Amino acid sequence: MTRALLALISRDLKLATRIGGGFSLGIVFYLALVAILPFAVGPDLNLLSRIGPAVLWIGALLATLIGLDRLFQADEEDGALDLMRMSGVPLEAIVAAKSVAHWLASGLPLAVAAPLFGLMLGIEPVALLGTAVSLVPGTIALTFTGAIGAALTASLRRGGMLLSILVVPLMVPILIFGVATAEASRPGGVSFTLPFLALTALALAAVVAGSAVGAAALRARP
Amino acid sequence: MRLIVSELACERGGRVLFSGMSFTVESGEAALLTGPNGAGKTSLLSILAGLLKPLSGAARLEDEGEEIELSEEAHLIGHRDGLKSQLLVSENLSFSQALLGSPSLSSKAALATLELEHVLHLPCAYLSAGQRRRVALARLLVARRPLWLLDEPTAALDSASRAVLTKLMGDHLAAGGLIVAATHEPLGIGAAEIRIGGV
Repeated sequence: MTRALLALISRDLKLATRIGGGFSLGIVFYLALVAILPFAVGPDLNLLSRIGPAVLWIGALLATLIGLDRLFQADEEDGALDLMRMSGVPLEAIVAAKSVAHWLASGLPLAVAAPLFGLMLGIEPVALLGTAVSLVPGTIALTFTGAIGAALTASLRRGGMLLSILVVPLMVPILIFGVATAEASRPGGVSFTLPFLALTALALAAVVAGSAVGAAALRARP
Repeated sequence: MRLIVSELACERGGRVLFSGMSFTVESGEAALLTGPNGAGKTSLLSILAGLLKPLSGAARLEDEGEEIELSEEAHLIGHRDGLKSQLLVSENLSFSQALLGSPSLSSKAALATLELEHVLHLPCAYLSAGQRRRVALARLLVARRPLWLLDEPTAALDSASRAVLTKLMGDHLAAGGLIVAATHEPLGIGAAEIRIGGV
């Protein structure tokens, strides 16, 4: 079973980096969003640095939504999902493995790029680090929550919009604790540990719920 | 080993496709599903593969009186072949092998059997329909599973490839395997015919 799951993760990573894989889509969208913000808000550095961590988090949330619609849809269309269901590996583990691969290809790069993009918003160095650290469990939570919506809309054409409507409300608590963690890392902020632990707990809950609910949704397809 | 289908009924989109379907396939035997388009041949194969829930009835696989998990002992080769166009043929086959378990032939040897060794390092996107079908059929050889569920296995195949497929199926039956195939054409193997729908 471990061999099958590792093969699945490495296949999905390969697919993400090949033509049409959408590996760079989320990160480019993230960059575009952060880069155009100062043009809209104006060159007020104090204001930008105050709203910076929140902007980085909203950008990460929206960038996660991009590409999520293809998480199960591509395998559903060409029959690869049927192959996986016949492998004897529990569908929950398959959903988890595919989500992990998706996170490695598009979630983790967002967390890594966040401090770089944060420079453009004039955020203090320590808050940059805090935002990046908060985005590691944050993107895990966002990806696995999104996997529920991806599984529900796997057999729908143009399911991306429905997916967003379904999962964005579920992502609100993650956003709240994520931004709280990033804000707490500022000089003179409140305790960093408390919101960070809450965020990590949300991530762990999302891993379990996302795998179980995602698998149930895939099984229930007509 | 024995495949037992008893009183199976299937419903798709609110319409009952077939009901009271019962048959048995023993080790070394093949069953051919025939019937008009839309009669439910593919649905029956999906039920046997464990991908679709029947309306009533059951299908089970028994080995020396013990029931074994059907979907983990079956290969399903259908219209949706599960091959990724962006990946090489070799990557597709080694992924299938790792996923399905119980490896037998290597990807290269399996393709050689199907006279397709030269495409091993090509992306699947460059293959013709017939070549793609043969790569999908190579999955039967890279992982060992006793029950082959084949949906129109000869579709897009030329006559030479059909002969190879006939030989593969013959070898599989001789080794004690089971085959259930949905087809509109004779496959060249001795098989009991099961008619679905129509009269």
